[in-house]
Amino acid sequence: MSASTSVRGISPPHPEEEEAIAAEAAAIARSLRDRPGAVTAVLETVQQRWHHLPVAAMRAVARELGIPLSRVYGVATFYAAFSLSPRGRHMVQVCLGTACYVRGGTKLAEALEEHLRTPMGQPSADFCFHLEGVRCLGCCSLAPVVRVDGRTFGRVRPQDIPRLLASVLARTGSLQGGDGT
Amino acid sequence: MTAIPTSDRPFSPLLRALREEGLARLAPKVPRVSLGMASCGLAAGARETWDALRAALAGRDTVACLVPTGCLGWCQKEPLVEVRLPGSPALVFGRVTAEAADQVAAWLAGGELPRAHLLGQYPAADRSDGQTQPTTPDPRFPAGEIPLIWDLPFYRGQLRWVTRNCGFVNPADLAEYVARGGYLALEKALARGPEWVVEQVTRAGLRGRGGAGFPTGAKWQAARRAPGEQKYVIANADEGDPGAYMDRGLLEGDPFSVIEGMTIGALAVGHCHEGFVYVRAEYPLAVERLETAIAEARKAGLLGENVLGSGFAFEVHVVRGAGAFVCGEETALLASIEGRPGEPRPRPPFPSEKGLWGRPTVINNVETWANVPLILMSGAQLYASVGSEGSKGTKVFSLVGDVSNTGLVEVPMGATLRHMVEVNGGGLSRGTRIKAVQTGGPSGGFLPASLLDLPVDYESLTGAGTIMGSGGLVVMGERTCMVDVARYFLSFTRAESCGKCVPCREGTHRMLQILERICAGGGRPDDVGLLEEWAWAVKDGSLCGLGQTAPNPVLSLLRYFGDELEQHVRDRFCPAGVCRELFRFGIVPETCTGCGACLRACPRGAIGGEPRQPHIIDQARCTLCGVCRDACPFEAIVVEPRSPADEGVNRNE
Ligand SMILES: Cc1cc2nc3c(=O)[nH]c(=O)nc-3n(C[C@H](O)[C@H](O)[C@H](O)COP(=O)(O)O)c2cc1C
Ligand code: SF4
Ligand code: SF4
Ligand code: FES
Repeated sequence: MSASTSVRGISPPHPEEEEAIAAEAAAIARSLRDRPGAVTAVLETVQQRWHHLPVAAMRAVARELGIPLSRVYGVATFYAAFSLSPRGRHMVQVCLGTACYVRGGTKLAEALEEHLRTPMGQPSADFCFHLEGVRCLGCCSLAPVVRVDGRTFGRVRPQDIPRLLASVLARTGSLQGGDGT
Repeated sequence: MTAIPTSDRPFSPLLRALREEGLARLAPKVPRVSLGMASCGLAAGARETWDALRAALAGRDTVACLVPTGCLGWCQKEPLVEVRLPGSPALVFGRVTAEAADQVAAWLAGGELPRAHLLGQYPAADRSDGQTQPTTPDPRFPAGEIPLIWDLPFYRGQLRWVTRNCGFVNPADLAEYVARGGYLALEKALARGPEWVVEQVTRAGLRGRGGAGFPTGAKWQAARRAPGEQKYVIANADEGDPGAYMDRGLLEGDPFSVIEGMTIGALAVGHCHEGFVYVRAEYPLAVERLETAIAEARKAGLLGENVLGSGFAFEVHVVRGAGAFVCGEETALLASIEGRPGEPRPRPPFPSEKGLWGRPTVINNVETWANVPLILMSGAQLYASVGSEGSKGTKVFSLVGDVSNTGLVEVPMGATLRHMVEVNGGGLSRGTRIKAVQTGGPSGGFLPASLLDLPVDYESLTGAGTIMGSGGLVVMGERTCMVDVARYFLSFTRAESCGKCVPCREGTHRMLQILERICAGGGRPDDVGLLEEWAWAVKDGSLCGLGQTAPNPVLSLLRYFGDELEQHVRDRFCPAGVCRELFRFGIVPETCTGCGACLRACPRGAIGGEPRQPHIIDQARCTLCGVCRDACPFEAIVVEPRSPADEGVNRNE
């Protein structure tokens, strides 16, 4: 479940950029430091901001919370939600849970890899999409299930994929929230 | 279908006022149109239905209350719409897509009833809390026979106690919850005191719904007795078991019942003023609904400094998980809330003695908490009258996989698998023969079709070599390969093992390697014995429940599906047609009518043949995708052993 560290087509940030990231991350850490289990909450917010955990941000978080960097790293690499390398802009999550598996989730995953031309757990070459397998989205009754930018689609067939992704791109901008009401 | 007795009236003026408000909203003077908008409903298109309903009602100048609710359980029929006309029983419509929404609105405006979508009606009293008796029926209410919803196979034999509010109340509306008897239990608990609460929960025989089935009363008593000036309660909403989603259903459909349960628990434990709900990262909507409910309860004075004016203080916080299965294990969960990697630690000390930040803590599953108000409301005796010898009350199961009616079914403990699969589930959705039912997720096992008459409770499942787990029932037909599914579970546990103990880390890896080899056609004669050896080593040598149960799928494969395993190892044949190196598709000339369905469906152009003549598969082109098998209306496409000539084919599609 460790986060992938391979970075494709991305050059390291400039020093000024790193400073800006560090400053912003420190502010995030400050604002959340009194919360229970602050590290995880802080890293979650940092990840929302940059779509991954930049090294500069993790250093700033450790400094701000007064804990060793190794602990921040420990948390960052333990949980599947965190990524140390940049992710594509649109999250495409395909469910690989049992119900979806039984109802053809693997074929859906293969079709997505083919369509986006990217392996599981990686951003597409243009960083537009990020393909990820997940362990159950709780919509097992509608298996197989795909979630794109927080919007969940049930009973997806491989042939539905192009249309589904196109509809997501068409709605860009209105897609930031979850699939809430 | 027994309704829950809610004859008591709230005592406090606050609850009485909320109740009146809620009753008015549940049975308004205009039609109440509610739409299931839990995650499953939304995945089935409920958002589009909502927009269409709103537009269609407005376009026709129809006055109605449009209300979002949780899931009624019958996910297969989602989007689900319930329409309650003033003075009439509520009607339920299924598969209400945007287009059908327009038909529903047209009917309300005086048009024709969309009968094709009508599933059934609720008994009048059931849905109005027995309060508002039908007066003058609405003229739009259809004439003729309409089945009672509880008589439909999907609901037959169900006892919807814990899920009574799901799909009925607006989960954001505290008043509706109170109108359904909510917070009566807390009121009683405050009046009679902690000892009474613990005694009721104990006498009800409530056992934890998170997997192990530990007696809840005993857990609470231990935490109550533990010394400490500050204690905690936690709701475990990690629901890591793939294929199970009842906790999500409860959090999205009836969050107040979980909050009320936790408040009662805090009162019972004593010295407890803070609770946490640990929700998995994949459930953003559950988090949202829970936070709304917490805010509403706080606003009304049912959480916070002075709960119901009693002087008792209690707060609930939501903590989001970050995607690690092992965090569902209670000690790992504690570590995770404390902001550390979620690694389990040995027990004892149990959390009830040394939990969050070293303080006594009660951790219960979401469904367990939701049972608590129910017990106090109905009385321990009535509660304990339902269920089997050692397992009381009801259990919510998520019925998924190769079954026609997927959804959440709540049945008395001890209901048979056959009832759930064949009656509630309506049998198989593809294929003709049930091969197995998988329970308990990655920690559980497979039960063969021959055990379908097993009553489902903690003891009988354990006796059959699997576990109840959190309640996932994954039905598998003959097109599922048991060896492959065991491999799938092992890949799951290997990936999710935290790696702290060697047997778990190494053993899951080794078992996975062996299964992968077998599925790829490289099975060796001693593999079966090797699998068994590893399974016991991992079971006996691991620290936490993850490792101790990880071999269960393998053990039940050996126990019940040894033949299928043998076929893979010895005959290099996968009868289900799943392991791609171990079979090929063939067409039975006698059965094939030459209809051409397969030929048209094949994406590789691998099928040839003249109309009305038996067709043939070109093995060199076939990728074994199985599209043709699904397309053939005559079951003429069958799984065959490969011949030596097939070797080298299909390997690199
Ligand atoms: C690997 C592992 C994962 C678990 N996942 C969950 C879970 O997702 N939800 C849950 O309620 N319990 C889970 N449990 C069980 C908890 O450790 C604990 O027993 C339970 O939350 C206690 O609540 P209960 O007594 O109400 O069942 C898990 C246990 C193990 C070993
Ligand atoms: S049994 Fe597995 S998951 Fe549990 S503590 Fe050991 S290594 Fe971690
Ligand atoms: S399995 Fe797929 S590729 Fe092979 S014949 Fe059937 S449809 Fe064509
Ligand atoms: S298994 Fe895919 S949503 Fe649950």
